[in-house]
Amino acid sequence: MKVLLNPLLILLVVMLPVFSQASEKMTIAAASDLRFALNDIVALYKERNPALEIEVIYGSSGKMTTQILNGAPFDVFFSADIGFPEKLYAEGFAVTEPEVYAVGRIVIWSRNMDASKLNLQDLTDPAIRRIAIAQPSHAPYGLRAQEALMATGIWEEVEPKLVFGENIAHTAQMAESGAADVGIIALSLALFPDLARHGYSLVDDALHNPLTQGYVVTSRGKDNQAAHAFARYMAGDEAHAIMIRYGFIMPGM
Amino acid sequence: MIALTSVDWIAIQLTLKLCLYTTLILLVIATPLAWWLSSGRSALRTGVQAVVALPLVLPPTVLGFYLLIMLGPRGFVGGTLESIGLPHLAFSFKGILIGSVLYSMPFAVQPLLEAFNTFGRRPVEVAASLGAGAVDRFLTVILPLTRGGFVVAVTLSFAHTLGEFGVILMLGGSIPGQTKVLSVLIYDHTEAMNYAAAHQLSLLLLVFAFLVLFVVYSINRRFETVRL
Repeated sequence: MKVLLNPLLILLVVMLPVFSQASEKMTIAAASDLRFALNDIVALYKERNPALEIEVIYGSSGKMTTQILNGAPFDVFFSADIGFPEKLYAEGFAVTEPEVYAVGRIVIWSRNMDASKLNLQDLTDPAIRRIAIAQPSHAPYGLRAQEALMATGIWEEVEPKLVFGENIAHTAQMAESGAADVGIIALSLALFPDLARHGYSLVDDALHNPLTQGYVVTSRGKDNQAAHAFARYMAGDEAHAIMIRYGFIMPGM
Repeated sequence: MIALTSVDWIAIQLTLKLCLYTTLILLVIATPLAWWLSSGRSALRTGVQAVVALPLVLPPTVLGFYLLIMLGPRGFVGGTLESIGLPHLAFSFKGILIGSVLYSMPFAVQPLLEAFNTFGRRPVEVAASLGAGAVDRFLTVILPLTRGGFVVAVTLSFAHTLGEFGVILMLGGSIPGQTKVLSVLIYDHTEAMNYAAAHQLSLLLLVFAFLVLFVVYSINRRFETVRL
């Protein structure tokens, strides 16, 4: 039994996964509105490519950009606003030109009331005490919500009721917990089964700048063939079908 | 170099208010609690001590998550408040104050417990046998003897609340003037790539935290020499 305790042998066993890194590996940074859609797409993609190791990290697009600028190990970046990939490309942190992969929509969602009957004007109702939106300074969905509230002329009135999520998934969670009466969230999250049990109403997209979502392959992912291949897959029919199911509008649609 | 905006000032004021209130409430709660914990051994005492120390070990997100559920309108506390016509506590200053008190509790209880354990029961018993009342015993015997413990408890509670982030992020909702404390504002500044603003607030906190700890350790040293 002595051989089992041989430290060299143990070291070898522990290190084995490191040596056998022949399989392909990629890390995706993605905006939080993709949390459910991209999970489905990645699951399907893994079925097609069982040898591939994919890791997806979600956050606000602003945060992801900051992290990439500071050397985060992400190979592809799917942003909720193409402005962030454009910034990365301009500063030499991306190797592909920013491309649109989808257009997002914002909706009013509530756990406590029937949101399908609500419009933005209704948010001034005193019965609605807390409205969750994403942090406009770095989360694109928050900025679009702010624009829509301003265009409706009720920003000043509802501002005291606002609570701010760190990203759009956090914002949806605030509304889902019921602690915020209403949330202005991504349609893609409102269509997730757990949230879809409650109604939602679309916010008129003429009230805000479009949520044009873009992606880039980062300079770290430059030579990662898997990253380029996945980016191509996102533009294909199979991925599009899932994206459409989650309420995204595809480019050229 | 230092050019603080009104947003920064609001967050600084709010943070100081939160730290101050948390510390005062903790003094009121932690003093009798530490006294009770120091007055004997039992399974119940050990259990309470473990519960008090939980925030040292748990990720703040766990505390924040449970508090959000409990204090929100669908939770036990928030729901009860709503049913008697009061607002629930999620996304409010009161809510993050409750969170801070729980989160910093071990930093108030532990130094007091140690101080109470060190000087023992005897001086109090002697004072009682000489006819000193409970309040008198506390003010003229316990307080002077455990002054060092109180100073450490106060500074650490204050400083630890200053460094709170995860609980407030989950429970607070970053409302300016109500729940957007310095740590959350710095996070927002960095994510918005507003590094200059993040830098000066971070530097401010860094210097302040160092000064607080410097004071605590100087006091600790002084009391040790006094004890010798």
